[in-house]
Amino acid sequence: MTSNTMTLSTECPECGGGVAFNRSPLAGEVVVCGGCSAELEVTSREPLRVELAPEVEEDWGE
Amino acid sequence: MHIALLHLRVRVEERLLFEALESLGAAVEMIDLRSVVFDPATLGDWSRFDAVLDRSLSLTSSLNATRILEGLGLRCVNPSHTADVCGDKLRTTIALEQAGIPTPAVRVALDPESALRAVEQIGYPAVLKPIVGSWGRMVARVNDRDAAEAIIEHRDQLGSAQQHVYYVQEHINKPGRDIRVFVVGGRAIAAIVRTSAHWVTNTARGARASGLPVSDDIASLCTRSAAAVDADVCAIDLLECPRRGLLVNEVNHSMEFRNSIDTTGVNIPLHIAEHVLTIAREQHAAREPVQPVVRTAQGAIA
Repeated sequence: MTSNTMTLSTECPECGGGVAFNRSPLAGEVVVCGGCSAELEVTSREPLRVELAPEVEEDWGE
Repeated sequence: MHIALLHLRVRVEERLLFEALESLGAAVEMIDLRSVVFDPATLGDWSRFDAVLDRSLSLTSSLNATRILEGLGLRCVNPSHTADVCGDKLRTTIALEQAGIPTPAVRVALDPESALRAVEQIGYPAVLKPIVGSWGRMVARVNDRDAAEAIIEHRDQLGSAQQHVYYVQEHINKPGRDIRVFVVGGRAIAAIVRTSAHWVTNTARGARASGLPVSDDIASLCTRSAAAVDADVCAIDLLECPRRGLLVNEVNHSMEFRNSIDTTGVNIPLHIAEHVLTIAREQHAAREPVQPVVRTAQGAIA
């Protein structure tokens, strides 16, 4: 699941700031943008791409 | 062993479970349920999996996916019937009551006027909860009739059909905290207390978690509760009632645990992964074709 050549930073689609990973993320992984606090989902690992994560729905939970 | 890990989002928990399974030598595939087209009649490529670990955030997705996969003969952790019970507070109450497990008193109504009577039967303060939902969302403490009327009218006018089921629970005057116990494979492996100045003591709502040793009483109550809903893996929320002692408030079938690993010193994802692999091995062995024993003319086994 890891790749040495993978770029570990990309741009936040909300604020345009940098989003950096200290390890290889999984597809679907959710992170919070350090700049604007938007929840972002990794939609592509190579090339690394993030999009705004879906809003919480009524039936989501534990 | 080959494990399918079903998800919608990959939170810290799913990543930790993925890493724990891999560390135990499993081949793990992350399956994003948004990307799948199921054929309920054909096992097809799913045949490569020995077991399925369901970690979908959405109860609806979780139930539909696991029902299909179980129909095709795959073992899911947790099973769909467990998610069905735990994902619905009313069904959880029924299962706990049937098993004789102490739980807060509940009234249920299906109409706004009856809902008000249900609240008055429970007495003030009462707690109004949606039957499906998590993280303390839309849970309301109702202190008087005015508040009850307002909340019921809002639910009636603005809510979905599901919000028109009025689940009214006795308010337990707990000591500013509740207890969460993690049960894996019929064993209570860890517990935390969740402390908050707010009456909702959910870490998703800002409560602080700290470790709690698992007493025999807690272990016994929680393993019975897990058995009542047939959970392989679950987190059980306990309330300390000044009159009745420990009461089971909820059973969570797809629990979060990121804040409970360091606080308890227990590697919760590793315990879950070990249990999933135990189940996977059993499934794998059951599927292995038994070699026929052929005796030769001389009586030797070929």
